[in-house]
Amino acid sequence: MKERRVVITGMGIYSCIGLNLAEVKESLFAGRSGIQFDEKRKAFGYRSCLTGMVEMPNLKADLSRRQRVSLGEEAAYAYVATKEALQNAKIDQDFLDSNEVGVIYGNDSTAKSVIESVDKIREKKDTTLVGSGAIFKAMNSTVTMNLSTIFRLTGINFTVSAACASGSHAIGMGYQLIKAGLQDCVICGGAQEINELAMGSFDGLGVFSMNTEDPTKASRPFDAARDGLVPSGGAATLIIESYEAAVKRGAPILAEIIGYGFSSNGEHISTPNVDGPSTAMKKALEQAQLAPEKVDYVNAHATSTPVGDANEAKAIASVFGSHKPYVSSTKSMTGHECWMAGASEVIYSMLMMQNEFLAPNINIEEPDESAAELNLVKKTLNKKIDVFLSNSFGFGGTNSALIVKRID
Amino acid sequence: MNKEAIVEKINEFLVDEFEVDEGDIAPEANLKETLELDSLDFVDLVVTIEENFGVKLVGEDFIGVNSLQDFYDLIYNRTSNTSTVAANGDSLGG
Repeated sequence: MKERRVVITGMGIYSCIGLNLAEVKESLFAGRSGIQFDEKRKAFGYRSCLTGMVEMPNLKADLSRRQRVSLGEEAAYAYVATKEALQNAKIDQDFLDSNEVGVIYGNDSTAKSVIESVDKIREKKDTTLVGSGAIFKAMNSTVTMNLSTIFRLTGINFTVSAACASGSHAIGMGYQLIKAGLQDCVICGGAQEINELAMGSFDGLGVFSMNTEDPTKASRPFDAARDGLVPSGGAATLIIESYEAAVKRGAPILAEIIGYGFSSNGEHISTPNVDGPSTAMKKALEQAQLAPEKVDYVNAHATSTPVGDANEAKAIASVFGSHKPYVSSTKSMTGHECWMAGASEVIYSMLMMQNEFLAPNINIEEPDESAAELNLVKKTLNKKIDVFLSNSFGFGGTNSALIVKRID
Repeated sequence: MNKEAIVEKINEFLVDEFEVDEGDIAPEANLKETLELDSLDFVDLVVTIEENFGVKLVGEDFIGVNSLQDFYDLIYNRTSNTSTVAANGDSLGG
């Protein structure tokens, strides 16, 4: 069977730099940081209290009690992002009811829901009193089980847990299913909870930035003075479809996914290397049948950690050689959106492609020596790009690279 | 707690927390068919009853509880049993 083309027809975002596509586009263009100091984390024993923040959406007008009691923080964010993405794709409930639409979402924790329900059982010494929603909030597949129920989806339905590459692999999985002719339309994305219960153990590794004096300057990927990442979260949803199905229903075709490369480092559980990410990028280029020179922009995974950024810089330099695509890490503004990042960063890059600009990698004052080979975007550039590559890497050495192309 | 107070409290949380249509509240209303409470809602009813009346129900307590009147009676009898007020066995008026 002939492989099918896969296109993006809708996007939705709920992020610390904006609660919808329009707000996020403005923040990206302005180089606006969404990082704050969270007082609650101080009392909780955090080393670093910096984080991206979003408000918990009030969904009372949208969803029934039965639907709301099963939604934890990350699933609530995912619902809001998905609602916007479906609207953006011009998909209504009638379409979902009469077509097989799937959902694959990246998520790798539900710490708050788990802890709160276990605390309740400890207090009451009676499991019945934890309530009916606890189990559906606490399972890692909470996002997909809720979205599939709320939107009455009848296609593929599972969650991808792949650390900080979860969202990217979720898109990659959806892409593969559509490409192979197994699905026509899949809702893909990534979600990340934001609370002191979720990030304590990560903070304990000592990899968060300690620049609490100036929160908006703390996340500084590729800068020589970077001292760690800043956690963040929210949710990002993309609607992806076969080109034929999108044309048939008159969908807005925003771009085409042309490559998904993946690899595993096979080494340290937390320290990234150069070869694994390089392999993922090369595989994505091979799948896209694309020469490296055709990539205009790389949205780097770069989280602002000393080793991670340096190794990614080496990987990008080795893959692209003398061709120097523009490179930036939007995490300089958003912080590290972890399980969500692989999906949100495709949306950030899409907004740049649609609006013909490149968002800055803010806070670069003195580029790190390892990034000297890169064509870093330090200020907003008015630039039309046709092809971008988005990198996402995670603990355990999981790597994902997606390539997306403009459709005119 | 007297009968009227129990009825009032139950009606209040059914409307406010369980989002039952106020117009459907009637003693003869069937919990599942009229008020549209499902098996998961019954789990949450147990939680709400414990919070509001300090009574711990289990699933078996709902056997034979079909109407809202049955439910009022169940709670009245259980709250009466846990206090010094003896249950009189009368059905609660709605």
